[in-house]
Amino acid sequence: MQHHTVLHVVAKILLPLILLFALYVQFHGDFGPGGGFQAGVIFAVGLILYGLIYGVDILKEAIPSRVLRVLMASGVLLYAGVGVLSILMGGQYLDYGVLAHDPLHGQHWGIFFVELGVGITVASVMTSLFYAFTS
Amino acid sequence: MIEALIDEAILGLMLVIAIGVLYWRNLFAAAMLTSIYSLLAAALFVVMDAVDVAFTEAAVGAGISIILTLGTLALTCGEQKPRPVFVLGPFLLVLLTGAVLIYGTLDMPDYGDALAPIHSHVAPRYLEESRGEVGPPNVVTSVLASYRGYDTLGETVVIFTAGIGVFALLGHGRRRGKVVAKEEV
Repeated sequence: MQHHTVLHVVAKILLPLILLFALYVQFHGDFGPGGGFQAGVIFAVGLILYGLIYGVDILKEAIPSRVLRVLMASGVLLYAGVGVLSILMGGQYLDYGVLAHDPLHGQHWGIFFVELGVGITVASVMTSLFYAFTS
Repeated sequence: MIEALIDEAILGLMLVIAIGVLYWRNLFAAAMLTSIYSLLAAALFVVMDAVDVAFTEAAVGAGISIILTLGTLALTCGEQKPRPVFVLGPFLLVLLTGAVLIYGTLDMPDYGDALAPIHSHVAPRYLEESRGEVGPPNVVTSVLASYRGYDTLGETVVIFTAGIGVFALLGHGRRRGKVVAKEEV
């Protein structure tokens, strides 16, 4: 799609908004609808839109697939790691209450990192699925 | 009353679209209809006040799964192969399965029944205690990330595994490059 000027311009305007909205959904999920899963999908959709309009090769230069493979695993590891950390700090697996002095703060931190792990894994898996289908 | 009417209108449209998906031979059109089906399902969830589920349905069902379907069609073929018009055996099998499924729903509680088991087990505790026990105002987040943290971990691992599975089937762009390089040599 090299010569579609309208698509290029519209995508350029929409892209930062889509990525920003994904971050909003990620970090505002405690208060409004949304969470790591939705945020990851929206972030990946932003990247895929970029790839569809400007070409997959340019997207792959920005985000190589080996980076995505590392991110895929590190999201799951972050989630599981929060569980292990809560064991090390004297609680049960994925019992976030022990992560801070105040149980509610601990829960808040636990949910924050767990959702971040979900978001990273979902976004990188969806983007690499797009790579796999287009390569 | 109005809500029931909206529900029925959306369900009716979904039925029409499902029949359209069955009849259309062009798979690209069928994929777009599936996307519209998901969008209508998301609207139905919004009417039911399940905004988190609606959000997921709109993003995954109407958005990314259609992109992946179109990607698959680009790899395979955009037109369904012509089939024999009517075969009795599969038709009876589908009819029987549908009848069994409908028979299975007869035991389910009525739509919107306040005394349904799902509302009397752990849901009241989540709704009343989650502010003091977990914190976030969005109870869905509390349930997903904290009360049901194990399940969400499992789901994340499932997504990871699905990604690995697709890599195993399609490669991740590297293997095909190597083959081409060998051929060039």
